[in-house]
Amino acid sequence: MHRNHVLVAMDAHTIAQGARAVRDALMRNLEMTSLTSEVKVVETGSLGIYNRGVVLVIFPENVYYVGVKVEDVAEIVSEHLIKGRVVERLHYTDVPVEKAAEMGAAPRFGKQQRVVLKNAGIIDPESIEEYIARDGYEALGKALTEMKPQDVIEVVKKSGIQGRGGAFFPTGLKWSFAAAEEAKQKYIICNADEGEPGTFKDRLILEGDPHCVIEGMALAGYAVGADMGFIYIRGEYRMSIDRLNRAIQRAKENGLLGENLFDSGFNFNIEVREGAGAYICGEETALIESIEGKRGEPRDKPPFPPSVGLWGMPTIVNNVETLANVPQIILKGADWYKSMGTEKSPGTKVFTMVGNINNPGLIEVPMGTTLREIIYDIGQGIPEGKGFKLAQMGGTTGGILTGAHLDLPMSVEALREIGSGLGSGALLVVDDSQDVVELVENFVEFFNHESCGKCTLCREGNGRLLELLQRINSGKGHVADLNLMEELAVTMMKGAFCGLGQAAPVPILGCLKYFRDDFVRKIEAAEMAAAA
Amino acid sequence: MKTLADLRAIKEKAKKEMATREQSAKYRISVAMGTCGIAAGARTVMSAILDELSKRGIQDAAVSQTGCLGCCDQEPIVQVTDADNRTITYGKVSAEMARKIIASHVQDGKVVSDHVFDMA
Amino acid sequence: MQDLTRVDEIVGRYADTKTPLIYILKDVQKEYGYLSDVVLTHIAKKVDIPLSEIYGVATFYSLFTIKPKGKYVVRCCNNAPCHVKKSKEVLEAIKSYLGLEVTETTECGTFTLEFTSCLGLCAVAPVMMVNDEVYGNLTPEKAVAILKDYKMKGQSNA
Ligand SMILES: Cc1cc2nc3c(=O)[nH]c(=O)nc-3n(C[C@H](O)[C@H](O)[C@H](O)COP(=O)(O)O)c2cc1C
Ligand code: SF4
Ligand code: FES
Ligand code: FES
Repeated sequence: MHRNHVLVAMDAHTIAQGARAVRDALMRNLEMTSLTSEVKVVETGSLGIYNRGVVLVIFPENVYYVGVKVEDVAEIVSEHLIKGRVVERLHYTDVPVEKAAEMGAAPRFGKQQRVVLKNAGIIDPESIEEYIARDGYEALGKALTEMKPQDVIEVVKKSGIQGRGGAFFPTGLKWSFAAAEEAKQKYIICNADEGEPGTFKDRLILEGDPHCVIEGMALAGYAVGADMGFIYIRGEYRMSIDRLNRAIQRAKENGLLGENLFDSGFNFNIEVREGAGAYICGEETALIESIEGKRGEPRDKPPFPPSVGLWGMPTIVNNVETLANVPQIILKGADWYKSMGTEKSPGTKVFTMVGNINNPGLIEVPMGTTLREIIYDIGQGIPEGKGFKLAQMGGTTGGILTGAHLDLPMSVEALREIGSGLGSGALLVVDDSQDVVELVENFVEFFNHESCGKCTLCREGNGRLLELLQRINSGKGHVADLNLMEELAVTMMKGAFCGLGQAAPVPILGCLKYFRDDFVRKIEAAEMAAAA
Repeated sequence: MKTLADLRAIKEKAKKEMATREQSAKYRISVAMGTCGIAAGARTVMSAILDELSKRGIQDAAVSQTGCLGCCDQEPIVQVTDADNRTITYGKVSAEMARKIIASHVQDGKVVSDHVFDMA
Repeated sequence: MQDLTRVDEIVGRYADTKTPLIYILKDVQKEYGYLSDVVLTHIAKKVDIPLSEIYGVATFYSLFTIKPKGKYVVRCCNNAPCHVKKSKEVLEAIKSYLGLEVTETTECGTFTLEFTSCLGLCAVAPVMMVNDEVYGNLTPEKAVAILKDYKMKGQSNA
């Protein structure tokens, strides 16, 4: 292993200014000081710095030297590489920002902490051996040979992990409910329906590291006394479905699913069930109806699934990300888990960043990272020099955040305090060139389309809201419509049957609260144009 | 699977196999093949890599696939890891770029720096 | 009259699955292109579930269709993350190129235009699917160019 890498830029400019001679001097010097096994010289193309002579970068410190001459090499080696002191005379600090990001200072990864995603993008997801090589199935082995089911629940409870499906219900507590039920058959369901617009974390976990979800489900099964699991997955996620099926097959072949695992008498099997395109099937009771082959309409609660679930039996429904955390919690302990994140929301959270943002994509950060760090450090801000208008956290049913919330820590408790939540972890960033009223119409179009139609308030309420918004956007609205919308939204929030109808008003009310002026301006401008 | 010892045996074996693969291969090349990567063209990149390796008769390079890294705007992503476990991540790789990476980085040890977006 | 022997075979495939209806409908649709009344009636008999219930399921899920569709089904995403990346402009361009409103099929049976809900590819928004292929980072011009290719392909295969 080399402790340092020295990159020598070798492009037409630097070569013309003596880069080859500097490289040779560097190699000779490293040999003389016996550093060749510790320091590696790498030739690269242009580093994006021109007319500054020969350019070197030393990693991992990420120090740039410019104008390096053959006679400077000995000093760089003895000062920097041996004594660890930067040679200020040649030090170049004016590194173009994007170049610095590209060259390893990447804040994109810097503020991240990968727990759930520790294997994603690193191992071959088709290889169970690579998963095992990175401590895979060790937690299951430990639980089955050294722990009682009750102990597993205790560790999960103590870790403080809350469900990542959006409601953030304490996972250990949920498991203890199902464990307490007496029943011939219990089930574990992994919720991989992931329909919330902007969300794709579960797909990524399943595609990149399917075994950690399988292991998490088996641990849940052992903890509550279930020997059968289902993964309910969006039908559109073809690749995840194929990978999961193959992963399940490999786990069976290796005796990590099936009968009498680790000689403990515990059996566990998993089947994949595909959804057929209905957002509401992400709601746990609608999901259960769908597995039962029916229309996915939510059931009355209580009773809750841990008592009466799939085919009437006690059932745990957990999100993919929740289950993916479990093996590491069992292996490394509750205290390790609690050392990350905030006191009330331990652990990390996977977010998907979408919309008007320079670095869209998937990130994993400790709970409590501020919105500003996420958008501006990891996300690298808003493109085209535009300003920040709003962010929506948690998908289309998520709450609205404004510039005033940029320093708010993204944790369950901080968002709860402002009447919002983390939801699915999708973060939609919206720049100031966007029309908020049209955006809200887009939200309501979604709800109107996805309402399952079971209850009138949600079915008719979303329809009415959509009419009102279309009216405003086509220039025929009245300021009084805004009050009507608010009333309707509040009624839906209180009276709708399930989470969809109750959450749909959240972003609408948020936008009306923070951006009422935008609505009023639009209405008045249209009125004025009509009068003129 | 009967005991934890059985599991650890697989683990040790897998680790060894991975290590020999890593040692015997001067370079390890991995292509992020999630839905996203594939939508962005990872499949053509993968076949360009395999084709270029065989055309050049390079045998000490191991090619594998991984899930996606979550840097969507950079897909397709190709990572090249050398014998010292230094990984260079290339973003927005086209089939043509992939061929250049094989020719320059894998064959001649020269990083193709204009497409690098991360080093670790 | 449609040949229903394939339906029987598909139903048989799931004899061991508890509550297999959605799987049967999926496979049957793959085989026949859509779920016609005749086919649904036949399934109802086979699995002993009332036709009304089967019909209810077939119309509830967006991946099922009870109408025949075009050779190429163009599905545009218009959810919020795509919306802020100007998916509407892309949709309008597609509508005018194909001469279709959403859910319609061209007379020649080549194209059907539909919405899709978010495909989780919002980082390369705006996004559309043509059958199983996904296209990202669309502009109105790019989308139309892609559809032109399909149109040519459709004609040369015809
Ligand atoms: C309309 C609606 C849609 C939902 N969609 C999902 C989903 O796609 N994935 C998910 O895990 N949970 C979803 N949920 C939450 C589930 O009902 C349930 O709370 C969750 O799967 C429990 O898992 P957890 O405890 O691990 O969070 C949804 C809830 C509602 C009301
Ligand atoms: S609130 Fe909406 S989605 Fe939920 S049950 Fe009622 S109609 Fe269906
Ligand atoms: S989801 Fe894979 S790169 Fe974005
Ligand atoms: S919103 Fe269009 S792909 Fe997600």
